[in-house]
Amino acid sequence: MGIIKARNVKYDYIKYNDSGQPLERYRAVDDVNLDISEGQFISILGHNGSGKSTLAKHINALLVPTEGTLWIDGMDTKSVEKLWEIRERAGMVFQNPDNQIIGTVVEEDVGFGPENMGIPTDEIWKRVDKSLEAVGMTPFRHRSPNKLSGGQKQRVAIAGVMAMHPKCIVLDEPTAMLDPNGRKEVLQAVHELNRKEGITVVLITHYMEEVIDSDKVFVMDHGHVVMQGTPREIFSRLEELKTYRLDVPQVTLLAHELRQEGLFLPEGILTIKELVDALCHCD
Amino acid sequence: MSLRLEHVTYTYSPGSVYETHALKDVSLEIPAGQFLGVIGHTGSGKSTLIQHFNGLMRPTAGTVYYKEEDIWQEGYSLKRLRSRVGLVFQYPEHQLFEADVLSDVCFGPKNQGCSKEEAEERAIRALQQTGLKEKYYKSSPFELSGGQKRRVAIAGILAMEPEVLILDEPTAGLDPKGRDEILDQIAWLHAERNITVILVSHSMEDIARYVDRILVMNKGEKAFDGKPEEVFSHYRELEEIGLAAPQITYIMQALRKAGIPADTSAITVEEAKESILKALGRIKHD
Repeated sequence: MGIIKARNVKYDYIKYNDSGQPLERYRAVDDVNLDISEGQFISILGHNGSGKSTLAKHINALLVPTEGTLWIDGMDTKSVEKLWEIRERAGMVFQNPDNQIIGTVVEEDVGFGPENMGIPTDEIWKRVDKSLEAVGMTPFRHRSPNKLSGGQKQRVAIAGVMAMHPKCIVLDEPTAMLDPNGRKEVLQAVHELNRKEGITVVLITHYMEEVIDSDKVFVMDHGHVVMQGTPREIFSRLEELKTYRLDVPQVTLLAHELRQEGLFLPEGILTIKELVDALCHCD
Repeated sequence: MSLRLEHVTYTYSPGSVYETHALKDVSLEIPAGQFLGVIGHTGSGKSTLIQHFNGLMRPTAGTVYYKEEDIWQEGYSLKRLRSRVGLVFQYPEHQLFEADVLSDVCFGPKNQGCSKEEAEERAIRALQQTGLKEKYYKSSPFELSGGQKRRVAIAGILAMEPEVLILDEPTAGLDPKGRDEILDQIAWLHAERNITVILVSHSMEDIARYVDRILVMNKGEKAFDGKPEEVFSHYRELEEIGLAAPQITYIMQALRKAGIPADTSAITVEEAKESILKALGRIKHD
């Protein structure tokens, strides 16, 4: 079994009236099946309200399915006695860096997770060293987190998750509040974790160009997984993506428009290099 | 001239060890009717700058003029200024507080002294301008999606009928369609009602598509100020200060390097398409 497996997962948000009676149900995740193997880099796309974040919160058991089952590393997320183990296995990074940093010094913040897990002190420090190194934040270890840029704070948050030695990290729009440089830093850090440490990554984003290096992309709409495939397969289907309120990277769009004008270019161009090569061979 | 800054400096904690200059001697003119984009990395002084435009921050040194009047002179009404220069903060939906959408949007005009009828009239007009469907007017703002809430918050400012509209990252966290819808709506307002728009954004692609002029802030100073194609031609310098050009700029540069005479001043997909077709001449395959 893979690191994340979902079978017919459904999740309902329930609205209650003043006396605590359920009033309305809203199905945010509807019959989702996933099989993600260890070490994969997965991206999830979908418009606001498509169910991405609700699904993501299932991966570390912040939410449990209303119907269906989700297993993390073989553990059913509904089993209460496994809860802490599941959360150690799957860590989460959220959108706003300011909401997830608690330490007054960078290295203390990173050590918070393993300390909570009861890891011996010298082992904590080893993990802190290694995690900070992995995200390139070692030079800032004695700084106060609130003096860092957004990208740096997000990397500290990622290091904090890493120090818990998870097998899987879920990042819910980690770059939404960052400037271009911050975005680049965070993505680089995440890709390195995936490549060097073999950590499974689930990245949720609204920036199409951030997903082109993923192994697999899932597109969500109305709680369903409506498209899945490699980035190239997904971005070849521009018209379909538009119906889900999404788009494609600019380079892919440009190639698509040029095709419409009759230029002989392959579908699903994802990088500048691919476009330039294809255009050079156009004549 | 709509807004003018003369040698504006803003210093945090002056005289202490924490003294930092968030703005350093910034002079700037923004003509009425302009669509200005402001870019800069986190901490570059963008937010400090825009808060000077409607008098939320007072310069440590220098002068801010609105329509050639010093906004910090004795007797100048900052309250009136703030209804003329509307500022939509980042994540403005966090500031929604009324029981329903319409009341929330009415809050501004009511504060300006409008009657209930006039406030509602303005609120409805503002909501229409942001494209929020009428069926949501009586909903609680908290039941809406992120994109819808963002529209309500923008409508709250529009209902005050400002002459200048400043938006700080109005599309952060929105999906691509929501992003386009909100920016198209703002561009429409700019064209139709001829209001001055100041857009702060981290998305170079959005900036490239909409604005007439780009102001680049770095370390509290103006780094660049000019037409988009001009500013983005300095993409290497922009990268050095934590920014970038739109992906199109990089495509055009790469094409030129590969020997295709593409126009490197193209910054939107449309412009790039035209230029590439032209550069390839008759090589269209029929």
